[in-house]
Amino acid sequence: MITKKELRRIAKLARLSITKDEEERFTKELSSILNYVEKLKEVDVSGVEPTSHPFEVENVMRSDENQKPSFHLWKRGGRRERSSLRPSKRLLELAPETKDGYLKVKSIFEIN
Amino acid sequence: MELTNLTIAQIHQGLIKKDFSASELCKTFLDKIKEKNKEIFAFLTVSEDLALSKAKKIDDMILAGYEIPLLAGVPSAIKDNILVENIPCTAGSRILEDYIAPYDARVVKKLKNQGVVILGKTNLDEFAMGSSTENSAFGPTRNPLDLTRVPGGSSGGSAAAVAARLSVFALGSDTGGSIRQPSSFCGVVGLKPTYGAVSRYGLIAFASSLDQIGPIAKTVEDCQIVFNAIKGKDEMDSTSVEASKIENYRAKRRASSSPSLLLAEARKLKIKNLCIGVPKEYFVKGINPEVERVIKLAIKKYEEMGAYIKEISLPHTEYALPCYAVISSPEASANLARYDAIKYGEIKNKKLKIKNLFDYYLIARGEGFGAEVRRRIMLGTYALSAGYYEAYYLRAQKIRTLIKNDFEKAFKEVDLIFAPVSPFLPFKIGERINDPLSMYLSDIYTVSVNLVGFPALSLPIGKAAPLQNGGEGLPVGLQIIGKPFEEDKILEIGKLYASN
Repeated sequence: MITKKELRRIAKLARLSITKDEEERFTKELSSILNYVEKLKEVDVSGVEPTSHPFEVENVMRSDENQKPSFHLWKRGGRRERSSLRPSKRLLELAPETKDGYLKVKSIFEIN
Repeated sequence: MELTNLTIAQIHQGLIKKDFSASELCKTFLDKIKEKNKEIFAFLTVSEDLALSKAKKIDDMILAGYEIPLLAGVPSAIKDNILVENIPCTAGSRILEDYIAPYDARVVKKLKNQGVVILGKTNLDEFAMGSSTENSAFGPTRNPLDLTRVPGGSSGGSAAAVAARLSVFALGSDTGGSIRQPSSFCGVVGLKPTYGAVSRYGLIAFASSLDQIGPIAKTVEDCQIVFNAIKGKDEMDSTSVEASKIENYRAKRRASSSPSLLLAEARKLKIKNLCIGVPKEYFVKGINPEVERVIKLAIKKYEEMGAYIKEISLPHTEYALPCYAVISSPEASANLARYDAIKYGEIKNKKLKIKNLFDYYLIARGEGFGAEVRRRIMLGTYALSAGYYEAYYLRAQKIRTLIKNDFEKAFKEVDLIFAPVSPFLPFKIGERINDPLSMYLSDIYTVSVNLVGFPALSLPIGKAAPLQNGGEGLPVGLQIIGKPFEEDKILEIGKLYASN
């Protein structure tokens, strides 16, 4: 139902690497799953609206006011707790490569 | 009395009467985990310092004469896809192997504010994708009731921890049955709240229109206590709602229906006035005959208690599982796009030549994600890709509407729906892992509930007949499905079973 070529295309779109063995195996497995979900074509869905969320909540917004840095601020009856390190520092510590407070990544544009 | 068998209320009494201290209780559980975790592997991380320091704080409060909340000093376990600040949070995946949570999930903050002691993080199927906890990158958890069998999934570690008395209660998450099915497999109680009842802030997202956090415990009452502590609208989760403000789903609403009033209403619930629906489509070929027998026995018990049992129809039942696959996989593919070993995580294989950013993504994600996760991401990517979106994802969304209509129609005639949780008994480790489709079938009765967003409880109602090699029979769970935000009703009905 899905060819190895299509599988490779999908893997590329999803930025996933797969080994040659996995290519074989995933093609089979995905084909059988896609076969199974073909069942959905049996249903008459004419005139039916799609449901994206169990309960339709609309326009959940906060007021357009300047907020104090609130990362980790949890007010409960007046008590506040805040992380000991500045939020940006804590988050940067998790990154594998940083420089001068920035995340380091491979170049996005290739120079030809 | 064995400390690790105590319920929340019993612990609370024991602490105020000074029968034991919170530190003593905490140590007892930590020791038991040291003894049993190698065998069961319920816990990925044990947070001994965090636990003991909290227990000591509670003891100090008690000594100083303060009144402590009901949950204070109660040891808990948190599924490893829910963030606990400064403790590793792996989601059962290599890609987050070294990730240390920089903040607390809202539910964790709420529990900490009640004085709950967190013993550690429990094992799960990678990114909550699975029905057996065999998809964890760190190894499977074993069912404490039979170590050769799976505890269910994806919250297998949480359910096993409670079943093995390594924790008083645990938090799990449920996207397609991941609280209910392991609860059923391990013989404990599990609640999937109404979508929106509990904040998802700090839950590592799998499928955002389906995920919910919920409690797993030994008793229904314990589940109720924990649920009440973690529920509520959160400004950090715009899909969370304050239950008392939901108008449409409360038929008999009084002007001042406060939560406590509704609970009182639920408590006064006369079983004799209750109409329970049993979907005929759920008892077709494929269900294990022992499961069917035990479920039907439980339903009979409710009938003997005075409830009116009525056969109902949920005509689109056979489309629920494919519908779920085609909705959850795309949502997952979007939610997992963030894992790129750039903001957190890192590429382990340093020897690989990485020419450019594209290569970096491929290697990081190929190396970090297990097979099931990659399968689902690819399925999701396919279902959303140009040319297939209408045929798959959009179509599934429409079928989701039809399934919702089925449930709403049924709930006009009945107050609750009873169903099995799983068509199978807990299966052997390795039995289904090589056939993804057969694994997905575990969720056939649970996925509809996530698609429609209604609440459901898994209640241990009995054991199947023992197998040839003797010993105890395997546990069977009954699913009690309720109307949105009527968790109290399903919990009160669940309590009735134990007392009978």
